[in-house]
Amino acid sequence: MARVEFINANLAIAEGVMAAGLRFFAGYPITPTSDLFEYLAVELPKRGGVVIQFEDEIASINAVIGASWGGAPAMTATSGPGFSLMLEGLSFAIMTETPLLLAYIMRADPSTGVPTKSTQADVFQARYGAHGNYEIPALVPWSAQEAYELGAKALWVAERLRVPTILLSDATLAHTFERVEFVPVRRAERKKPRVPPEEYRPYEPEDDLVPPMASFGEGYNVMVESLTHDERGYYAPTNEAHRRLIWRLVEKVRRNWRLIHDTKTYYMDDAEVAIYAYGSTARAAYAAVKELRREGLKVGLVRPTALWPFIDEDLKRAVGGARRVFVVENNIGLMYKEVARALRDKEVVSAPLIDLELPTPDQIIEVVKEWRR
Amino acid sequence: MSTKPKIPTIWDIPREELFAPGHRMCQGCGAAILMRHITKALGKDAIIVEATGCVEVTTTVYPQTAWKHPWLHIAFENAAAGASGVEAAIKAMKRKGVIPKDKKVKVVAIGGDGGTFDIGLQALSGMLERRHNVLYIVYDNEAYMNTGIQRSGATPYKAWTTTTPVGKVWRGEWRPKKDIMGIVLAHRVPYAATVNPAYITDLYMKVRKAVEIEGPTFIHAFSPCTPGWRIDPALTVTVSRLAVQTGVWINYEVENGEFRVTTPVPKRKPVKEYLRLQGRFRHLTEEEIAEIQRMVDEEVERINKLVGKTVIGPVVE
Repeated sequence: MARVEFINANLAIAEGVMAAGLRFFAGYPITPTSDLFEYLAVELPKRGGVVIQFEDEIASINAVIGASWGGAPAMTATSGPGFSLMLEGLSFAIMTETPLLLAYIMRADPSTGVPTKSTQADVFQARYGAHGNYEIPALVPWSAQEAYELGAKALWVAERLRVPTILLSDATLAHTFERVEFVPVRRAERKKPRVPPEEYRPYEPEDDLVPPMASFGEGYNVMVESLTHDERGYYAPTNEAHRRLIWRLVEKVRRNWRLIHDTKTYYMDDAEVAIYAYGSTARAAYAAVKELRREGLKVGLVRPTALWPFIDEDLKRAVGGARRVFVVENNIGLMYKEVARALRDKEVVSAPLIDLELPTPDQIIEVVKEWRR
Repeated sequence: MSTKPKIPTIWDIPREELFAPGHRMCQGCGAAILMRHITKALGKDAIIVEATGCVEVTTTVYPQTAWKHPWLHIAFENAAAGASGVEAAIKAMKRKGVIPKDKKVKVVAIGGDGGTFDIGLQALSGMLERRHNVLYIVYDNEAYMNTGIQRSGATPYKAWTTTTPVGKVWRGEWRPKKDIMGIVLAHRVPYAATVNPAYITDLYMKVRKAVEIEGPTFIHAFSPCTPGWRIDPALTVTVSRLAVQTGVWINYEVENGEFRVTTPVPKRKPVKEYLRLQGRFRHLTEEEIAEIQRMVDEEVERINKLVGKTVIGPVVE
């Protein structure tokens, strides 16, 4: 049997990414993310990796970009204010198709807010924070066990799709200690060029829209270009090249959504009412669903393990025949906007329950019952 | 014939408290001693701009809000930028006659070592370069104590932190502390000084002087952290004084390029006496302590050369 430990979600992420083959971590202290960094500072060097503390978040993400081009599966971790500082680097990584993992441990609300507590306020910041047209995968665990698994998966997705990937956890999970089984995970691997150096074009995609990636020092001519570029990596300020590149960057993530998404459903077979919840809030929603079922209501839970890219057809399949959908989230009702847009034929109700700890099952039950009347 | 200046004593420091008690700082916090006496030296007409950090977090939560001054918390990396804005606005208001031209409003930026040596360095450099009339004070507790003791550019050689762990291979921080005073002085500021909470009158006089001088001024303050340094809260001042007596910390000021040591130490104590009180140095072997002693000796020699005579003496066991 795999090793079992009693740890919090931050340490579970650290274990997950190490199991998936993380080689480089760059970071800067921030609550509630620092213990992930501290744990890696002790553990990763033992496994041959490198951990460096930088002078700020801007340096951290750019060091990760450098390490990634140096050939190492690389990550950083931060929270809201730090993520804001990383956005220029994130946009650069999107444009240059640099694989990297960014563990984003959400804390409560604008600016300093409540650093030690959580809401789910940054689900749009994770998606739309950087500038430009883009799609970005964002995985969202609900437990320490899933933080381990999705941490590994997020690193794998980043390398597989050559895209910066976000693992969106929160302070509640960061403080939640649970049993975590270190199950085997897929090792992160990036596609390597299959052509000789003279034929290699660094941004020429294969059928899955992902270009094979040569790192520095592998004998290939590597041109990392953040200007709009053609397949060779040369600046191409034309409509044709620009449209081709932007649509490929977006479609690369959208079309490969099955590699990212794994929407879970609970009690949905005969459900008339569905609750859509993600991350830590889904735990309370799950308890509420079980309680409502005991009372005889046909309620189920739809829980995405990835918020972005948002795939309408995946949500439609998960919701199935339910006619009413409650979107329960610990913010002002953000994902509701996406769910309501995707499920126009259903009654979609926003249940924004801002709570620094976690919305309680009772609060959710109250919302569901209120609407039944 | 010049009269000898009066040596200030503790009785010259105002009784009035501008940093209220009952805040949430740790017992024995070095920064608490610093803030209390800095605010006394500033007097009432001052605006304080504070970077994110221990002092910001522990002094602001209602009802334990400690500041009697107008006070602005800004993000981690830009206390100096925020203070630049405040100072420029005061200039503009004076020009427009909104506030009297002769009214002296002191603008003070305060940051920790993380917010100054690392993430805030760019903003600090900009502020110094643009010659804003701001006093910048860094309370240097030698790591990111607010987020749980991660290393910073100010962490001294061989000190344990959570991101410079101690084991067989890693022996704590393996790089020497960044010379922030050197960086500041390279901006040719009219005044820069170091202060230490064990030498309160020295601190008081330096802050007074710094805010009177036109242009950007800088104070680097030694700030023991009881949980981060793993020291007994009763020993904050002892450790601070030992830092000076061993030459680990040197109280000096640089006024218009003129270098002056304000706390001469004729007979130095061995650095071991300073290190042994702190848990963050507990792993050190005799060889490692000897190495640190050598580094301190070199720094003392450098300072003596700058002054032109031996103000910090040799180690006397």
